[in-house]
Amino acid sequence: MGDEVKLFGMWASAFSRRVELALKLKGIQYEYIEEDLSNKSDLLLKNNPVHKKVPVLVHNGNSIAESLVILEYIDETWKVNPILPQDPYARAMARFWGRFIDEKVIGTLHRAIIFEGKEQEENIKEVHKELKLLENEVKGKDFFGGDTIGYVDIVAQVVAFWVELLQEIGGLELLTKDKFSFLYEWIGKLQNIEAVNECRPPREKHLEYIRALVENAKSGSK
Amino acid sequence: MGDEVILLDFWPSRFGMRVRIALAEKGVKYEYKEEDLRNKSPLLLEMNPIHKKIPVLIHNGKPVCESLIIVQYIDEVWNNKSPLLPSDPYERARARFWADYIDKKVGDVGRKVWTTKGEEMEAGKKEFIEVHKVLEDELGDKPYFGGETFGYVDLVLITFYSWFCTYETIGNFSMEAECPKLIAWAKRCMQKESVAKSLPDQKKIYGFVLEMRKKSFGFE
Repeated sequence: MGDEVKLFGMWASAFSRRVELALKLKGIQYEYIEEDLSNKSDLLLKNNPVHKKVPVLVHNGNSIAESLVILEYIDETWKVNPILPQDPYARAMARFWGRFIDEKVIGTLHRAIIFEGKEQEENIKEVHKELKLLENEVKGKDFFGGDTIGYVDIVAQVVAFWVELLQEIGGLELLTKDKFSFLYEWIGKLQNIEAVNECRPPREKHLEYIRALVENAKSGSK
Repeated sequence: MGDEVILLDFWPSRFGMRVRIALAEKGVKYEYKEEDLRNKSPLLLEMNPIHKKIPVLIHNGKPVCESLIIVQYIDEVWNNKSPLLPSDPYERARARFWADYIDKKVGDVGRKVWTTKGEEMEAGKKEFIEVHKVLEDELGDKPYFGGETFGYVDLVLITFYSWFCTYETIGNFSMEAECPKLIAWAKRCMQKESVAKSLPDQKKIYGFVLEMRKKSFGFE
């Protein structure tokens, strides 16, 4: 068919990895270009002049930026293994949870690991509140998407695999089996999916990378 | 058809305005409920327990929250007239990208203009103009962001126009001078009945913001 698909990404970026997961779940062939975020390539800057960030998908010369926008584009262009539901209300709910994760959860997690003392305590409480909402959403289902992995599962990949690293780095209790048994189960089910495992950054390398980022951020904010 | 549509809203909200325009474009009959944000109704708290914010669209008892999500929902349910999003997936992606840009940037920089003073305000004003120049570039010579017809991105951005007079007066600048093409576009949008009847009068907004500045920030 002559489709040319390129993905500009970064191995440790949750936003980049979620696009890879969507492509793999749909069996789409693509060329992956690893970006050095401290030295962005001319091609990346040309394809995402507004934000200059990864991920960027380039399909037959057309570039699409912003991971949630890319996920919807992929779903509308390649109809196999749909990731969003057909029903408009269910789609609205999926989009709601996607935004919740990106606009709330990620920020709260960031603050919980960077801050110290009372501020950290408050943010950890907030993380627990937000995780509880996600827990209630996945309860009684195999995945957020229902019987099969879908849009919210893909976006929530960051919760599944990034949080335990933050726990280890910060010595924090964020997502534990006793408090979040349904989320825990859901993570286990994700790990049985080949495409999901193919998209996970190598754990030790990832742990060290995030540890360095956190240390930088902490010393920067002092 | 027996559709029951309720909109929980707050008259100066640029996010609520987007939903009003979308419903008007589609000719949907609905009940408008004004919320007092200092005293939120039990209905609002029940329908949007997580964020407790407006706008909330309640369609046959089921709530949809977040203005961009609501507008896309309206477009998908009432898909027999006035499509808001384009049909081509790439054009749709571009529309979503710009809606996301507007959501992330315009509200924030606008806020800086009316909630700060002195150097901070001047910096906010500069950013505000820069962001709108990027949007003006994207508009180019097209009559609308969507091309020949009013669409999703136009709807998402035009609601900020009702606040322009406020930003201009407080910040002491003229958007017409800085971004003439964008102002021409805005006036074109305001010719549409669905837009004109969904946006409050600019002077009314200015009065509202002045009150807020006094109460919340002590600015005269």
